[in-house]
Amino acid sequence: MIDRDQVVHVARLARLELGEDEVGALADELSSILDHVDRLLAVDTEGVEPTTHVVPLENVLRDDVPGEELTPEQALASAPSTEDGAFLVPSPKTEG
Amino acid sequence: MTEGLPDDLEAVIGLEIHVQLSTETKMFCGCRLSFGDPPNTHTCPVCLAHPGVLPVPNRRAIEYAIQIALALGCEIAPNSIFHRKNYFYPDNPKAYQISQYDVPLASAGELADVRIHRAHLEEDAAKMVHIGESGRIQGSSGSLVDFNRAGTPLVEIVTEPDIRSASEAREWGQLLRETVRQLGVSDVNMEEGSLRCDANVSIRPRGSSELGTKTELKNMNSFRFLEKGITAELERQAGLVASGERVVQETLHFDPGTGALHPLRSKEEAHDYRYLPEPDLVPLAPDSEMLEQARKTLPELPEAKATRYRDELGIPEAPAELLSVRAELAAFLEAMLVAEPDLEPRVAANWLTGEFAAELRRKGDPELGEVPVEAAALASLASMAQAKKISHGTAKDLLTRMVDDGIDPVAVVTEEDLGQLSDSSELEAIVEKVVEENPGPAEEVRAGNEKAIGALVGAVMKETGGRADGGEVNRILRQALGLG
Repeated sequence: MIDRDQVVHVARLARLELGEDEVGALADELSSILDHVDRLLAVDTEGVEPTTHVVPLENVLRDDVPGEELTPEQALASAPSTEDGAFLVPSPKTEG
Repeated sequence: MTEGLPDDLEAVIGLEIHVQLSTETKMFCGCRLSFGDPPNTHTCPVCLAHPGVLPVPNRRAIEYAIQIALALGCEIAPNSIFHRKNYFYPDNPKAYQISQYDVPLASAGELADVRIHRAHLEEDAAKMVHIGESGRIQGSSGSLVDFNRAGTPLVEIVTEPDIRSASEAREWGQLLRETVRQLGVSDVNMEEGSLRCDANVSIRPRGSSELGTKTELKNMNSFRFLEKGITAELERQAGLVASGERVVQETLHFDPGTGALHPLRSKEEAHDYRYLPEPDLVPLAPDSEMLEQARKTLPELPEAKATRYRDELGIPEAPAELLSVRAELAAFLEAMLVAEPDLEPRVAANWLTGEFAAELRRKGDPELGEVPVEAAALASLASMAQAKKISHGTAKDLLTRMVDDGIDPVAVVTEEDLGQLSDSSELEAIVEKVVEENPGPAEEVRAGNEKAIGALVGAVMKETGGRADGGEVNRILRQALGLG
């Protein structure tokens, strides 16, 4: 069960601004999603190691060799706002 | 007592150090690492977090991280995994940093009596410049983001809270920096940010084994500031306790200009990183070949070198420590000892870190290779002085000429007949002459003013052209003046 405080907390971590009605709706929706996932608890996992990957692969690495880079123009092409070759973003606030 | 603390309190300090690895390319993509290049000239869809891209770890970064872990005596996890550390900030367009969490690459190490809790791999964030009046975050009208640094491989090293004073924190940090530098896996330049240091600081009653509430000092850009910042924070915490208040857990920024500590984030923003296993990366399982390769490339590291120089070569503590953290000086010393097998390491180290270092300072501290003095030449000079073939004064004069003009000390001693007066009857004759010519000082010495002997020693040295041994001159003079 996800309550309103948890929704507000998670929204703040993601810097999402939610209206009062949205908080209530999201609490209901997120709760029903978790309830659905909770059905997995019915499976007996006694003695089963936690799995982080389903494919038995390890050490997939690349050599330390330079590859293709974007030009600064390409990198900034879809930025809403730029200045002096950099992405310009609103000043992050120290208080959320 | 500890700096900044009354005697009944004890400091408990742990460090978190971020080391940027000096690979060619980033941790998870092939963009080049750079420092000081124009903004956003080294980016690709991976480090800009475009949709659908996949990270692939840099093999060399992993090798470097294993080398650091081995140098710190850590255990390497047979199977470690990457996690996503979620946070929302413009320096991080994925809204998570790829890091490691519950199974780090390395753990349980130790360097110079400070235990290493863990060492893990992660990626650096983009660089942000806050535009506005003071360059500080508050009051700025916007921020510029440069992704050249985003994705730079980092090793984060976390110590146990085993450090007990601000100066110990500085010294240990310097040892760690030299250790990593000598591995050749990072530039470890604090001003450029390739080594960054945070400190967790708390106090407790001396003798207690409990941990007090800690504060975190962020991003000190030199070990001198680290020491100052910790000292200031210990004073602040002791002041709070003395006035009956409590230390509040918070993150602080030390301003070296004013010596003040400013809170960085409020407690309400307590870290909530919602770590989850990174589904785009498979586990890291260093095999025996990777470990063997890393072991083979480990040089003799400062801590081991200082111990060997002290215990096996008999070099005093101070020069041994200096040599252990200055790899080029240590190599020079070892070349001296090869060139002159009879030269005592203690004598060689003293000439190298004493008179020779002073000559280098006189020249404005050039690199060793920039002065025309080979290790073999300094070794033969030190050998002649050790065997008392030349006086200390002569040796110093020769050294100056070696540094200035690259002379061969052995040849010059022969050519200019600078060998030490070994015939004491010759020296006795000179002493007799000097005493006769300087009746005033001689009389003063006889009357009990032993300091007056300095003038006579000087006169004898002048007469011999500096070729006499000062101790020997003193002995003969005292004999001649009846001081026995």
